[in-house]
Amino acid sequence: MPLPTPFHTRTSAVCESYEWRNWSGYLSAGIYEMSHDREYYAIRNSAALIDVSPLYKYEITGPDAARLVDRVITRDVTRQKIGQIYYTPWCDSDGKVIDDGTVSRLDTNHFRITSADPNWRWFKDVGYGLNADVVNVSDDLAALSLQGPRSRAILQEVVSGIDFANLKYFHLAHGQVEGFPITVTRTGYTGDLGYELWVRPEYAERLWDRLIEHGTGHDILPAGIIPMDIARVEAGLIMIAVDYISSQHAVIESQKSSPYEIGLGWAVSPRKGDFIGRRALAKERERGSLWGFVGVQYDWATLERLFAEEDLPPHVAGRASRSAVPVYEAGNSSHHIGQITTHTFSPVLKQYIGIGTLLNPHTQIGNRVDVEVTVEFKRKRCPATIVPTPFFDPPRKKA
Amino acid sequence: MNNQYDAIVIGGGHNGLVAAAYLARAGKKTLVLEKRYLVGGASVTEEIFPGFKFTVFSYVVSLFRPEIIRELNLPAHGLTILPLESTLTPTLDGRDYLYRDGDHYQTLRNIARFSQRDADAYDEYARYMYFMAKAVRYIMGIIPPDPTTFNPKDMMGLVDMARHFLNLDQDQLYVLAKLMTMSAADFVEQWFESEPLKATLSASGIIGTFLGPRSPGTAYVLLHHYMGEIDGAYRAWGFHKGGTGGLAQTLARAAEAQGAEIRCNAGVSKVLVKNGRAYGVVLENGDEIHAPLVLSSLDPKQTFLNLVEPNQLPDDLVGAVRRFQTLGSSGKVNLALDRLPELACRPGPGRHLAGAISMSPNLDIIEQAYDDAKYGNFSRRPYMDVIIPSMIDPDMAPPGKHVMSCFVQYAPYKLADGEWTDEKREAFGDAVVNVLETAFPDIKDIILHRQVLTPVDIERTTGITQGNIFHGELNLSQLFFLRPAAGYAKYRTPIKGYYQCGSGTHPGGGIMGAPGRLGALEALKGGH
Ligand SMILES: Cc1cc2nc3c(=O)[nH]c(=O)nc-3n(C[C@H](O)[C@H](O)[C@H](O)COP(=O)(O)OP(=O)(O)OC[C@H]3O[C@@H](n4cnc5c(N)ncnc54)[C@H](O)[C@@H]3O)c2cc1C
Repeated sequence: MPLPTPFHTRTSAVCESYEWRNWSGYLSAGIYEMSHDREYYAIRNSAALIDVSPLYKYEITGPDAARLVDRVITRDVTRQKIGQIYYTPWCDSDGKVIDDGTVSRLDTNHFRITSADPNWRWFKDVGYGLNADVVNVSDDLAALSLQGPRSRAILQEVVSGIDFANLKYFHLAHGQVEGFPITVTRTGYTGDLGYELWVRPEYAERLWDRLIEHGTGHDILPAGIIPMDIARVEAGLIMIAVDYISSQHAVIESQKSSPYEIGLGWAVSPRKGDFIGRRALAKERERGSLWGFVGVQYDWATLERLFAEEDLPPHVAGRASRSAVPVYEAGNSSHHIGQITTHTFSPVLKQYIGIGTLLNPHTQIGNRVDVEVTVEFKRKRCPATIVPTPFFDPPRKKA
Repeated sequence: MNNQYDAIVIGGGHNGLVAAAYLARAGKKTLVLEKRYLVGGASVTEEIFPGFKFTVFSYVVSLFRPEIIRELNLPAHGLTILPLESTLTPTLDGRDYLYRDGDHYQTLRNIARFSQRDADAYDEYARYMYFMAKAVRYIMGIIPPDPTTFNPKDMMGLVDMARHFLNLDQDQLYVLAKLMTMSAADFVEQWFESEPLKATLSASGIIGTFLGPRSPGTAYVLLHHYMGEIDGAYRAWGFHKGGTGGLAQTLARAAEAQGAEIRCNAGVSKVLVKNGRAYGVVLENGDEIHAPLVLSSLDPKQTFLNLVEPNQLPDDLVGAVRRFQTLGSSGKVNLALDRLPELACRPGPGRHLAGAISMSPNLDIIEQAYDDAKYGNFSRRPYMDVIIPSMIDPDMAPPGKHVMSCFVQYAPYKLADGEWTDEKREAFGDAVVNVLETAFPDIKDIILHRQVLTPVDIERTTGITQGNIFHGELNLSQLFFLRPAAGYAKYRTPIKGYYQCGSGTHPGGGIMGAPGRLGALEALKGGH
């Protein structure tokens, strides 16, 4: 039975759709209204309030905390400033990705890591012999994500003690709301201007109420994870167990991926000190990776034609689909070259887009491929072009 | 200033901007000449009262053509069409309401409160309208073939069109025939019996026309609504971020990105014609600008009777354009509000205020509103389509404050008792607010500013003849190969190099961009 999050009294009061999802054992609203449209547009047009409490959260402290984190993640902790946040994967010793998440440097030797899967044992084991403590604070922190162009204006009204004009992308600050402490990170899973808010669970409801109260004039809406899923694809952001499989869950070798194969090569610092997976990744760099991450844009005119063949208008699902579809070499349906793992109609771009993994060198930007689509139960192929991600990248995200 | 171009577009309304983008995209050095200080025409957003942005004339993007969105890559230039999903119809006394939104079963339950029969018929009606819209939608994207010429290309076009219609089965063809000829009220009464539903559905048939819900020919306009729905997730209708002026800005950026130049405060007084060929324009300030292609996005009366000398045109065309029906019948009232107004029938804030509020409690009320207009008065109890843009887009008003847009019918261009005066305008504004008060009892206490626009004001600001919102009635005698005149429906004119690209051409008014695109494509074909 999934458990309530610290915001449950508030989220359940407004979840008209009753469309609850089980997120890591917690009740999480898929959508609040009957259709996801307004919640999606809250992310892009005003402000969306998303309960992300089910994330796993760990704190790492002690004299060797920085060394421990540096051993775990692929990015270089020696270059991470206090108050800075890294988005990073971490790997097993074969250089295959276990999970991805954010690492906040709260102090020289104090880190907070968020992840999608449980990682306490992994961090503990990696830290064997180091003088550092790993504490699972998942239940000690309630988390809200406030995303959208109006998020900053709302926080400026609600949170005191933080200079929001100078809180940079992927940085954090501490402040107060009505006297209780809050940590604000300028992070999110939407590719828009946005923040994540971390408070002790006993303050959760008060935080929610203040945000709704001050957000109403900014057209704030509670949003579920279904609209967020569309936004994250537009932002080109991957999801574990959907776009890649954790090496700790893979049941066959080919299900595993290196960071290079899921678009996170930029987050590997080969020249940093030793870290788990370093040698394997060095080898992979030499040899080249088998797979690569891609964003594709479907050819709309063809998509329309494929529907017209069945005498239908182009009827694309409004939600992101997490069922992977095969990809073929352009014009050669006997040559399977990979899969699109999440695909969605992008309301802001008015395009059908997807992310996935293809065999190299089919991953080149501009390359044309054929993606499977199903129209009226019939499998068809739609040409698509490899395009750069993020698909949607508004200047306000970092401004 | 350089005064030699490949193409000049007169008027920077949404169609002029679309046309300019297509011309520039084809490599033509293109100039848009707009009379006002800003582009948009009937599609502008202005801060009439400090801090409050009014989507002054048009307020929803109804049928914007998806092919234009893609071909001009409008999302990259800021296209953002926000959902406007629900319709709330208060009853006459304001105590009860009919509410329809994307929650299908709830909508059926709500309809059933008024009539179980209507609730059961609702899906069937929607299904018919889907087939109709699908058949007619095709016409929106094509240059109308002319059945009176025996040009093989036109004949092929007609065959193509017939195929689209013949895809319909017999039942559906009958429905189509009725749709083309019946009144909106008679048409919806084939399915429905409850007043708020019948009145609200038929109201979409009278928008912009000088006809009542019981006037034959109004059923056709009902389709427009469903044509938007067919595109489903694509969403070519809704509220554009920043109001319809936001869409005009998007189009201006797209046109400029293609290389078009836009000049505001540059009204055109005449098109220069020599030996039956256009070669440029004269501005109101006397400047001449030359180009071998000149496109007018103004209404047909401006295009044919003002911008050129009637003696440059054949008599039959001059006659047809003079007879082209353009009497305006719609007004607009925009309000700046101190706080969110409260509905008597459903107090408190909520998403029901982020959709349309249709002041159409029953058919007789709308028909009576039309009766007033028929005899030259504004409606004492007008029909209105109301939205609160600040509930959809926070940029429209300061936090906690709101703007309200009321599209009103009827306000005839010509009053029986003489010209519109300031007093009459204000009396019309009072009539509007009085109707609002039946639903929003607190409305009078929270109005910070009121902008009232009659057809005369619409004409004065936008230049649209007689303030007709569609540049000319959308009835069968003025549609398709008859728009604006038989023989001149293909964006061409008898003057070589002079083309039409505004709402007075096929497929007509409303923010769809189709005339702009098709006009530009025709001009690019040249050969004349
Ligand atoms: C009150 C009102 C409400 C409406 N509501 C809606 C709605 O909600 N949804 C919808 O889809 N449609 C609506 N419409 C209809 C729609 O707005 C129009 O049909 C459409 O905007 C017309 O576009 P256009 O480009 O063809 O012409 P216009 O918008 O009329 O553009 C013509 C342009 O030419 C300029 N101009 C005029 N004379 C000259 C000259 N001599 N020289 C240079 N420039 C000149 C004008 O300033 C204007 O910018 C509404 C219209 C009105 C008036």
